[in-house]
Amino acid sequence: MPERDIICIGCPMGCSLNVTVENGEVRSVRGNLCNRGVRYAHDEVTAPKRMVTSLIRVGDQGPPLSVRTDKPIDKALIFPCLDAIRQARVNLPVRRGDVVIERVLGTDVNIIATRDLG
Amino acid sequence: MTDRSPQEAHALPSRISLLIIGGGPAGLAAAVAAWDAGCHDLLIVERDDELGGILNQCIHNGFGLHRFKEELTGPEYAGRYIEMVRERGIPYLCSAMVLEINMRREVTLISPETGLSQIRAGAVILAMGCRERPRGALGTPGTRCAGIMTTGTAQRLTNLEGYLPGRRVVILGSGDIGLIMARRMTFEGAKVLACVEIMPYSSGLTRNVVQCLQDFNIPLMLNHTVIDIHGRERLEGVTIAAVNPDTRQPLPETAQRIDCDTLLLSVGLIPENELSRMAGVPLSPGTRGPIVDQSLATEVPGIFACGNVLHVHDLVDEVSEESARAGRAAVEWLARMKRPAAAAETVTVPVREGRGVRGLVPQYLQLTDRASFSPDETWPITFRPDDVYRGGVVLIRADGKLIQRRKTRIMTPGEMVVERLKAADLPAGPIRELTVEVEGVPQHA
Repeated sequence: MPERDIICIGCPMGCSLNVTVENGEVRSVRGNLCNRGVRYAHDEVTAPKRMVTSLIRVGDQGPPLSVRTDKPIDKALIFPCLDAIRQARVNLPVRRGDVVIERVLGTDVNIIATRDLG
Repeated sequence: MTDRSPQEAHALPSRISLLIIGGGPAGLAAAVAAWDAGCHDLLIVERDDELGGILNQCIHNGFGLHRFKEELTGPEYAGRYIEMVRERGIPYLCSAMVLEINMRREVTLISPETGLSQIRAGAVILAMGCRERPRGALGTPGTRCAGIMTTGTAQRLTNLEGYLPGRRVVILGSGDIGLIMARRMTFEGAKVLACVEIMPYSSGLTRNVVQCLQDFNIPLMLNHTVIDIHGRERLEGVTIAAVNPDTRQPLPETAQRIDCDTLLLSVGLIPENELSRMAGVPLSPGTRGPIVDQSLATEVPGIFACGNVLHVHDLVDEVSEESARAGRAAVEWLARMKRPAAAAETVTVPVREGRGVRGLVPQYLQLTDRASFSPDETWPITFRPDDVYRGGVVLIRADGKLIQRRKTRIMTPGEMVVERLKAADLPAGPIRELTVEVEGVPQHA
């Protein structure tokens, strides 16, 4: 059965996971200290995902608005997602947690503000 | 972006119970804990124009898993603590710089709002954080052209001010901020050509090596360093070379040039202790922060220290926990001062760094009557191993006698080790000293 060694990025522990895969499905995960590792191994083998954090420019001066995905997004969509964030405009004031892009790129992922601005 | 609220102090009193220097994660957590412990005569003094400290520029996720059981970005983590400060009405003063402090806890500070003032504080909590090791401290050769900066400076320019500091980037050192900025600048369209690390291991978290370098095929060049810098006005390139793994000296025959316009330095953080020194607080050569006991009291009565000014942490969650302890300890100290007759006799027991242990905190325990400890009381003892250890064991001894033993999966210098010493495990009778050591085979020795 094919095996893969990956490092869990679920928390700062960074567990070394040994994953056995059969027909594209995870059969077993070893080395994880918590369930986060199992979920991560499954996603990483079948459809890797990452959190994306970036900035939206607000006007010509003043600090940009920091934003993030509200859940991990397909790894292949990181750069398209960054482009969507770059092109987005927001109206101030914005509060931490406000959705600034709904269902980015047609996914179930929203882009939310991570600070208060304005 | 000056943050204004009614609780922002406009006129300063000449006396205050508790003064907290620094409004980053350490100062905020200390203030909240002190308030909740009953001290409402306090003030947070912050140099920047808003609270939150360096978290405000750390827009990436990875904060708060321990403290809030969810993964937050830096501004969100700071935001939660700022909210706690506001809800309680804890006073704070931004854009305020402490100029002087002495061991009688007389503090001189200046701000555009309040001018020059002097405050006599009952207790002081030092929470000034740390700064990055600059190029000068490294002795890199070459010209002094533009385009060379610390990663924290690049992070501030990119994330708070909205400028991209360069297009073709080499990063020297592999601390977490360097790794995070490799990804961040890649996200903004820059090409990160290499992350160059003189040691045989990254000094950052493994997960950051994975999600910030490997995800974007950025090479991590271990056992390498920058040996020359090229360019007159603006950086044009750097020469890197492998180092001899034993001596860490560059091997000239391996030299190669990389054309780049930006060199970011991610080569370590140094606790910012100018004020601590001014107050006569003795510093530890191991941590470069104040020498403290288990309640985070420095050797100057009434002055406490917590967060990165005490020792550089990897996780803000641990800063918050430590700083809350400092906040409570300062309030207890203030209460004890009100009834000096009740002050118990204490014995000072040094905690020493044994084999494999660096940067130990606390450096001593202050033991009063044992009966005064609750049986489940524990004190965090933190350190960094001197190398990578797989399956290493952490041993704590009291005068040679083993009192605590914990096997670990892996320890690396990039990750602080936290032991929890149980007060109940201390042997009865007098103790001369405790030692903490690592048992195991160092990976690179």
